[in-house]
Amino acid sequence: MLAYLIRRFFAAAVMLVVIVMVVFGIFFLIPKWAGVDIALSFVGKQADPAAVEGVREKLGLGDPIYAQVWEFFKGIFAGRTYTGGGDTIHCAAPCFGYSFRSEQAVWPVLTDRFPVTLALALGAAVLWLIMGVSAGVLSALKRGSLWDRGAMVVALSGVSLPIYFTGMLALSIFVYGLDLFDGQFHPLEEGFSGWFGGMILPWVTLAFLYAAMYARITRATMLEILGEDYIRTARAKGLKETTVIGKHAMRSTMTPLLTMLGMDLGALIGGAILTETAFSLPGLGQAVLNAIKNQDLPIILGVTLVTSVAVLVANLVVDILYAVIDPRVRLT
Amino acid sequence: MTTERTSGRRKQAFAAAAAVAALLTTAACGGGSDDDGGKGSSTGAAGFDAANNKVAQASLAKKGGTLKFGAAQDADSWDTTRGYYGMMWNFARYYSRQLVTNKTEPGAAGAEITPDLATATAKVTDDGKTYTYTLRDGVTWEDGKPITSQDVKYGIERVWAQDVLAGGPTYLKDVLDPKGAYKGPYKDTSKDKLGLKAIETPDAKTIVFKLPQANSDFEEMLALVSASPVRQDMDTKSKYGLKPFSSGPYKFESYAPGKDLTLVRNDKWAQASDPIRKAYPDKITIQFFSDANQLDQRLLNGDLDLDLNQTGMSPQGRTTALKEHKGNLDNPVSGYVRYAVFPQSVAPFDNIECRKAVIYGADHVSLQTARGGPVAGGDIGTNMLPPSVPGAEGQKYDPYEISGANKGGNEAKAKEALKACGQPNGFKTTIAVRNNKPVEVATAQSLQASLKKVGITAEIDQYDGSQTAGIIGSPSNVKKKGYGIIIMGWGPDFPSVQGFGLPLWSSKYIAESGNNNYALIKDKAIDGLFDSYVTTLDDAGKTKISTEINHKVMEGAYYLPFVFERFINWRSDNLANVYTTDGYSGQYDFVNLGLKNPKK
Repeated sequence: MLAYLIRRFFAAAVMLVVIVMVVFGIFFLIPKWAGVDIALSFVGKQADPAAVEGVREKLGLGDPIYAQVWEFFKGIFAGRTYTGGGDTIHCAAPCFGYSFRSEQAVWPVLTDRFPVTLALALGAAVLWLIMGVSAGVLSALKRGSLWDRGAMVVALSGVSLPIYFTGMLALSIFVYGLDLFDGQFHPLEEGFSGWFGGMILPWVTLAFLYAAMYARITRATMLEILGEDYIRTARAKGLKETTVIGKHAMRSTMTPLLTMLGMDLGALIGGAILTETAFSLPGLGQAVLNAIKNQDLPIILGVTLVTSVAVLVANLVVDILYAVIDPRVRLT
Repeated sequence: MTTERTSGRRKQAFAAAAAVAALLTTAACGGGSDDDGGKGSSTGAAGFDAANNKVAQASLAKKGGTLKFGAAQDADSWDTTRGYYGMMWNFARYYSRQLVTNKTEPGAAGAEITPDLATATAKVTDDGKTYTYTLRDGVTWEDGKPITSQDVKYGIERVWAQDVLAGGPTYLKDVLDPKGAYKGPYKDTSKDKLGLKAIETPDAKTIVFKLPQANSDFEEMLALVSASPVRQDMDTKSKYGLKPFSSGPYKFESYAPGKDLTLVRNDKWAQASDPIRKAYPDKITIQFFSDANQLDQRLLNGDLDLDLNQTGMSPQGRTTALKEHKGNLDNPVSGYVRYAVFPQSVAPFDNIECRKAVIYGADHVSLQTARGGPVAGGDIGTNMLPPSVPGAEGQKYDPYEISGANKGGNEAKAKEALKACGQPNGFKTTIAVRNNKPVEVATAQSLQASLKKVGITAEIDQYDGSQTAGIIGSPSNVKKKGYGIIIMGWGPDFPSVQGFGLPLWSSKYIAESGNNNYALIKDKAIDGLFDSYVTTLDDAGKTKISTEINHKVMEGAYYLPFVFERFINWRSDNLANVYTTDGYSGQYDFVNLGLKNPKK
């Protein structure tokens, strides 16, 4: 188990380094090949040569790409100092870059935005697991019934409808129509009820999309498993149906669900861009969207890294949980 | 309190259940109501265009309350030296003062200059080369210390520190120190860091500007927020924009870039020292959205008072607003001209007749429609000077008969021009357009379709819009890529031909990168007119030269104007003392907005 963990951690670290290098290449190398001076995108309408030079000096854009990548890695562990034109900015460790657009270090932006995204992803995950798994199990158990068909039609709708549509729909019905919510995000520090009220619609909307997928997967997996020999044996032994389903069938059904959950949560933690945009939630998704609009490369790079780490960690956790859920999986 | 909370939780629990149920139901049905109950226009809206160039509901403004802005785009910087967005200049008057500023009046009067920190407008001597100001009594910073002429000088000197404080306009630097002798306050070796020779401060109340050459728009440049005072001990250099030190009636309470900004009253500001600002609200907030539709919905719902960006509502919000809340809308001219420009370095646009062929061949109505139509897009543009700039003639000057009988395109004249240019069967070219501006892409497509009818085949190249300065701002790249037509737009930094056209039409502004003279105009007559303009001190003379410059540009057929842009902007029912001003390109004048009901 320990060797397995070490191997996985090592692979994750290598993957992270590769990701940083690829992202660096996309943002800093490709424009250079295309003959575009990145420094120009950091200055205003009238590009004063001193301004362009100042940006180049502070960002170290004149250095070779490997030196820039190295400076970036070094900054994560030792912090970094940007100097130029008589101005010195220190970015404390862990320094994931410094946004010269908004004059703030990337790490505090990430830590400020992360809890909102995490709350959105976790809250929605709880909802979609409850809704999706129950609907899927019930559909599988009552195969061909009105319930099954109805649930699958709803699931199909959930998968098909884009989140910006369901988001707008939810807002126009519950906020602008029925006036049940104020449709605004309130920080948790201002009170739990306000925060909770502001998160309900985003949770439900996001969960609606994912619940649909989980319902379909649960149903398909459950149907397959219900046909397995060991289920027939369990029933033949006279076990109660709830035990057969709850203890035996569910355990096997959980394996593919857990894989999906790991991937989905990881990706969502990197920023549920559409949901955060539709509901104006100040999370990582909104931050990265603003950064893309403003060509704020350090923030984009920072969020990309958070997403990558989240996906890697989520997958690692899932791999470990396999052993707990399914004893047939042996980690060597 | 407890009861309220319990009730709130119950309401939310019910709401959650209802949300799930309704989402499921509506998703299955594929429908849903979009009715907002008509809250926005139920009472108090001043009427359509009621605040366009005139003051709406001035007498209803009361002291107090929170003025709520929403925005889809944060400022480029709130540092007075670094901001270049028009809305930033407008908003910055809440927390910064200048020697002179724009009048707080609607329409054209709002573009006139009036004293702010200074007791009067400049005493101009030495044939327009010396400007002297005296500061008012009682002007203070947010900590109560007096604002001195040295603070004003230091604030202006910061414009020289372009390597640290990039982004803002550099007119003052170009005019006061054209040779670039001064290196900025951060590299200033003098003890007081006030080494710029062109500005003298004989005492704490007097400031004297000595220009190497006269410039008749100098006072306009001093009215830009980049001429605001900054106190040396409060200068946090590149981070100043996160919390500027206030000289105005409001100060920063909090600011999280891209999230929100809150201004509160600066209790050290004295109304008696400020003839400009009324400072009605107690608090001013900005909430930033990443989705413009979401912002519009909030405006329509009455949750916010106005859009900080002032660039018009999104198509969806606009349609609803025009249908259901027309009384809350104004339709001002923005000051922008949207156009296509022809770089002369790309054949066959080195030939004036080929340029004329494109102008004649274009379907101007279709281009206007692509921009959003006459209301949301603007009036058909017939020349290159925005209507808000003195000397502009609007549609009265129409040398290519763009808005008249030939507004659908003049095929015969286009073919005639093609023959004269030696391309009777037409030619091939490329239209360059920013990929992040859907409206510009639509105009490119419209132009492509109409040019095809006269035999000009145009390919569209959608380039990365965020890299504009490096792609179309590089003449060598433009030539290499064969961009014969570039779609762009431009607005005045201050309402004068210099504030609008100098970077576009003067040969001195052709640069290897960040170039804005895309047509590469090297016309001695135009350069000469700009030279005369800056030394002409009387308004009538300046206006006449502006008109002449515009005519020369149009005669050279370097541009195909699309529209004199208009916007549809929203004002809430609760907003009072609202008016648009030419001083800020048709935006509402933020600084004196008030609320009818401060408790709302």
